[in-house]
Amino acid sequence: MRDIHVSAISDAVKKLCMEANWELEADMLRAFDRALTTERSTAGKHVLQILKENAQLAKTKRIPYCQDTGFVVCFVELGQDVHVTGGALDDAINHGVSQGYQEGYLRASIVRSPFDRVNTGDNTPAVIHLDVVPGAAMKIMVMAKGGGCENRSKYKMLTPADGAQGVKDWVLECVRTAGPDACPPLILGVGVGGTFEKSAILSKKALFRELGSPNPDPTLEALEQELLVSANRLGIGPQGYGGDTTAFGIHILTYPCHITSLPVAVTIECHAHRHKEVTL
Amino acid sequence: MVRTGADGIKDISTPLSDADVESLKAGDRVRITGVLYTARDAAHGRLFPLIQQGEKLPIDVRGAIIYYTGPSPARPGDVIGSVGPTTGSRMDKFTPALLELGLKGTLGKGHRGQAVKDALRRHKAVYLGAIGGAGAVLSRYVKKVEIVAYEDLGTEAIRRLDVEGFPAIVINDCYGGDLYQDGQKAYAREGV
Repeated sequence: MRDIHVSAISDAVKKLCMEANWELEADMLRAFDRALTTERSTAGKHVLQILKENAQLAKTKRIPYCQDTGFVVCFVELGQDVHVTGGALDDAINHGVSQGYQEGYLRASIVRSPFDRVNTGDNTPAVIHLDVVPGAAMKIMVMAKGGGCENRSKYKMLTPADGAQGVKDWVLECVRTAGPDACPPLILGVGVGGTFEKSAILSKKALFRELGSPNPDPTLEALEQELLVSANRLGIGPQGYGGDTTAFGIHILTYPCHITSLPVAVTIECHAHRHKEVTL
Repeated sequence: MVRTGADGIKDISTPLSDADVESLKAGDRVRITGVLYTARDAAHGRLFPLIQQGEKLPIDVRGAIIYYTGPSPARPGDVIGSVGPTTGSRMDKFTPALLELGLKGTLGKGHRGQAVKDALRRHKAVYLGAIGGAGAVLSRYVKKVEIVAYEDLGTEAIRRLDVEGFPAIVINDCYGGDLYQDGQKAYAREGV
């Protein structure tokens, strides 16, 4: 057994929240540069240039890239030989979120109830997904998930007869309906298979893969590339002003599914794709 | 007042008149100088019953521009934190009533519904877009901030922003023009 004290978890989460909001990852910055070489639209190019500048300014001034500093979605891979000491794991994560958002001048965007809608004031609680895995390490992955794009995320239960074509049509339909509202260029996380909730969780987790890195499954890689080309032929473009860069990437994760089912969940992510991870 | 700059970008100063609105077309790039009032979901939720009951609003919307945003907290020494736009369509339910009272502009991102587009024509008003997710860059154009109503709403309070040269683009004009439709049509490729 390896002991990890809750204070180490809180400290790690606090740092991840602040840095994710201040600094876009290198894969995003590369995506802006790549798109600037292919984008035909003047308005689209202008948007991409401003977004690059925005990333630089946010990093330098340690202010958030986007004022919507997101809902903290936290995936934890907890080694089964780890013993969390000094308190509860969920409390430790939420304490880190609270500290990170308050000390980092990040916006509090969470309301305590969907009905009375009173702001919790420190952006807690996080949405936490816990997987227990072999080993004695603890991997914490944090995403600051924007609300505008999340509002365009969708789920559909297809039938086995709909097949791969049905999946493609549905993903493209999700890009179309996200349109300018979700702050394109978009990144799509697609979860296919499992049950209703499993596909949705996969669609979030898929977003953590490095942008531009191939899907380890060659069949899925081919499907992702085909979908990306089709998405970028829609003409929506950066901010929806028209152009060739509607999506930066489409990431698919799959899981076995029931003989009756073909669930497909699509998480829509904006260009403010803020994610960081650490292994304790 | 609207004047076209040497670079082709239109300089707008608030308040806006009908003639100002008429000179703006979908796709025009603009720079706004003057006042923007921030209001998003929760603030609109409080303004709307006041309008329905014919009561006075905490801000004078005549000729004004409402900016759909909830800024992040300012660091010490800064005027404001990040301050990019939020999705305009969530305010669709409230917008026609505000336009009827003389509001001349709304500033956000994303599609508006047909009822709002119709109201823009009827009341001569524009829907402007700021670059979503460029909150850090946009903070540089805000020179002064004052909370004018609903402080308890935190980021959703109504704030008066004094801005200089705040960059935006006309999404929906008062003639039915729509940048999103035009833009997508121009760049969509066959076989989609």
